[in-house]
Amino acid sequence: MAAEPRDITGADDLVRGLWRENPVFVQVLGMCPVLAVTNSAVNGLTMGLATLFVLVLSNTLVSLLRDYIPRQVRIATFILIIATFVTVVDYLIQAFSLELHRSLGAFISLIVVNCLILSRAEAFASRHGPLRSIMDGLGMGLGFTLALLCMGAVREILGNGSLFGVAVLPSAFQPWIVMVLPGGGFFTLGAWLLLINFRKQQRAKTLAVPVEQP
Amino acid sequence: MSDDSLWTIFINATLVNNFVLAYFLGICPFLGVSSKMSTATRMGAAVTFVMLVASLSAYGINALLEWLGAPYLRLISYIVVIASAVQFVEMFVKKMSPTLFRALGIFLPLITTNCAILGLALFQTNRGYNLLQCLVFAAGAGAGFTLALVLMAGIREKLALAQLSDIVQGTAISLMVAGILSLAFMGFAGLGAA
Repeated sequence: MAAEPRDITGADDLVRGLWRENPVFVQVLGMCPVLAVTNSAVNGLTMGLATLFVLVLSNTLVSLLRDYIPRQVRIATFILIIATFVTVVDYLIQAFSLELHRSLGAFISLIVVNCLILSRAEAFASRHGPLRSIMDGLGMGLGFTLALLCMGAVREILGNGSLFGVAVLPSAFQPWIVMVLPGGGFFTLGAWLLLINFRKQQRAKTLAVPVEQP
Repeated sequence: MSDDSLWTIFINATLVNNFVLAYFLGICPFLGVSSKMSTATRMGAAVTFVMLVASLSAYGINALLEWLGAPYLRLISYIVVIASAVQFVEMFVKKMSPTLFRALGIFLPLITTNCAILGLALFQTNRGYNLLQCLVFAAGAGAGFTLALVLMAGIREKLALAQLSDIVQGTAISLMVAGILSLAFMGFAGLGAA
């Protein structure tokens, strides 16, 4: 990882995206790819890394250009920057693995309209320096990847009895086909959110004081 | 080039491969504005309208880019064209029918970042539909989006009256309901495969 925790604020930015403000489980942003491509762990991981790449680069560029972009057209400019990097990623994945590109289909191009990336550009990168913006992009991107991996792993294990294509459950296990179908995506995400809500509630009870908001 | 019949395309986009429940496109508005029936229908109408406009412009742009031999500009031009199309639609509606404009309110500009619109443009390009097929596809996708939104709103209006424990409230229960809806829509599989 390129993260050097020399700068205390930078490390803070990194950890915040990864856990406390996890884009999927806490902020519930960028739902479309989370549900659509997580029918296996590999797909989830690729999608997460592609988003991470776009997020870091667009955050960097937006932050470098933030003094030159007129306020009125900033959203349009951000979208153009994001679309450029998404095109790059699209061709990169196509070059590395045609099979993977086919299974992800149009969803790589759809990273453009992932609200997470635009919201980080608008809320963070356009107000902070390049270094902190890169850290923020890394943190949020890793948080997003982690969430996609969690979803993909659960769905692949239950729906196919395997993880990253390797069988992990005994052959007597009857796969729950529903988990790799669209409905399973909704159920898995719902279950993860339930689990996190439950944990939050438990913690609030034990602490007596509610968890402090940043 | 695709030689699917128009009817097949329509049924496929509306029921079998519903944009929301099978392709997971447009989940944000699906979860965001589906708590009341009246807003759901309006949002559905707005999206359908924009889909038709976007489909038409995407078809034109694609033809132009093919002629120029620059397919790598596709994504960038699509997003710009869709954003400006939404802007034009907004201005047009504001001028022609202030009542409708007020009814649609904040929803129109938000549609720009709705992945269902961009998804529609990309799918029609990938499948090589001709102009008529594109328009039917857009109408079907819009109808499917509206259907999913209205169904969800109906369920959530009832759900608001139910007694739920704290942890399931909010997004979690909406996702569970959406999952069940999605399973129900799987029953349509094979319908359009003529």
